[in-house]
Amino acid sequence: MSTLTATPGTPETTPAAPPRPAYRVTGRRVLSSEWAKLWSLRSTWITLGLGLLFLVAFGVIAASHYKSNLDSGRHMDRDFATASAVSLSLFGTNFAQLALGVLGVLVTAGEYSTGMIRSTLAAVPRRLPVLWSKAAVYGLVALVIATVGAFVAFLVGSRIVSGTPAAMGLGHAGVVRSLLGAGLYLGLVGVIGAALGALLRSVAGGISVLVAALMLVPGLISLLPSSWQDNINPYLPSNAGESVFALTHDSTTLSPGAGLLVFLGWTALALAGAAYRLLRSDV
Amino acid sequence: MIESQQLTKRYGEKTAVDGLDFTVKPGTVTGFLGPNGAGKSTTMRMIVGLDAPTSGSVTVNGQRYARHQAPLQEVGALLEAKSIHPGRSAYNHLRALALTHGIPRRRVDEVVELAGLSSVAKKRAGAFSLGMGQRLGIAAALLGDPQTVMLDEPVNGLDPEGVLWIRNLLTSLAAEGRTVFVSSHLMSEVALVADHLIIVGRGRLLADTTVQDLVREAGGDTVKVATDDPARLRDVLAGPGVEITGRIGSEALQVTGMSAREIGLKASEHGIPLFELTTKAVSLEEAFMELTRDAVEYHGSTTGTETSGSAA
Repeated sequence: MSTLTATPGTPETTPAAPPRPAYRVTGRRVLSSEWAKLWSLRSTWITLGLGLLFLVAFGVIAASHYKSNLDSGRHMDRDFATASAVSLSLFGTNFAQLALGVLGVLVTAGEYSTGMIRSTLAAVPRRLPVLWSKAAVYGLVALVIATVGAFVAFLVGSRIVSGTPAAMGLGHAGVVRSLLGAGLYLGLVGVIGAALGALLRSVAGGISVLVAALMLVPGLISLLPSSWQDNINPYLPSNAGESVFALTHDSTTLSPGAGLLVFLGWTALALAGAAYRLLRSDV
Repeated sequence: MIESQQLTKRYGEKTAVDGLDFTVKPGTVTGFLGPNGAGKSTTMRMIVGLDAPTSGSVTVNGQRYARHQAPLQEVGALLEAKSIHPGRSAYNHLRALALTHGIPRRRVDEVVELAGLSSVAKKRAGAFSLGMGQRLGIAAALLGDPQTVMLDEPVNGLDPEGVLWIRNLLTSLAAEGRTVFVSSHLMSEVALVADHLIIVGRGRLLADTTVQDLVREAGGDTVKVATDDPARLRDVLAGPGVEITGRIGSEALQVTGMSAREIGLKASEHGIPLFELTTKAVSLEEAFMELTRDAVEYHGSTTGTETSGSAA
């Protein structure tokens, strides 16, 4: 510092610039950026909270409903009569998948609707790391939330139905596998949501396609001749996904492993479409 | 340093940018001028890789933007359209961008301070005024301490204090040896800060020049002269390189290509009395309008006085 005053004849050039810091975009840094982005929005907390609430509350409600019907001796429809503690506790999966899938769509399509994507892709112009990071970060978060939710729902639900034909404990064969499967399924639904959001670049479009794929397509398939149905049904995203967490399997459903493979295939397909659009289209 | 070679962008039938060649050099402020719809924003989006050129190329510091290891350190860009999530706070927005490059928290605090956002940094960016949004965009552009700073219509929505702030910022960035590229559709705004001008219209390069050259090329100065015999004065002044215009029934003529002094001497030589002899300097604004007249996409209809001559 003191040398500055000792050189009065210094020409009017810019002083030797300090060495520029060596910034660099890396995969891990993009991941941490996406992590920070996810948690810095209020919608994340609200929607994840809703997903967890749906999963636990509907499981508990279903278990209570079963118990009260059984106690009052009222007639139960077939699905309910053959219910287990697992199927009752996981009753909320259908609702939770909506919340978690919608948040997945928001994670990607929300950037397009707000314009944030321009900042994001200016920082990471290679683009693909953004998609992989979003899918990984959000998929993992959805997986953890859903797994916690599934276990909580089961622990509460199984207490409610203890002493009934549906009673089951964690030690029961296949129970832990079912609960983990439910978490995995919902995590992948989140990834599919994110992929659809990136593919369609529209929140409304992404949600519509997600709901259609998971909830409407099975209904439409039932209009087909039954021989076709038997061939197609098990491979639909919703049915393949369901066999990942269902406790019992029959000839019309896939095994948990096969179901997981098929559902992973659907996820990969959605991600591939998203990656293609991300690389090919202007933003 | 930004180098564009035959840069072209088509959207279906419409050509937004048409074979642009230009170089933006470090150490000066380069103004990027053109009427609305001239292709300025599209060009800027192509520079940072948001839009892919249909043909041609544009490089930043010798490489395509996307090939740099730390893009935000090469180019800091403020784009015209909002590029934030309204639900995220200004601080978290900048922090998320900084994380992709490993830019430390300290630098985020610095740019927040620099952009005058300290008091609102924790507020949701969606609640920001237009001016605050611009400041946040500029903070983001400066985050990586970039070699090249590129701002699309930066003074939009800023109050006078903000406009002054931008001017000083641009000048000081250029003085630090950075490349500064700033677009505007207002000549008057750019003329205050820019040394070099790149002027486009309908996607084509109209001029790659300096402020001084632009004025000279626009035909220099006009002399207004009034006399009781304009027809005779016309004949007297006529000659190669001299252009005279005037309306029938009016005593005033506009003369270009001759100085007021020459006109006065000529008139006196022929005994023509003059009532007025005024030199009118061409303003930058007029030079710019002249240059882009044919390239303006959307003409207003308030200048239709020529057709209403019958009423006069």
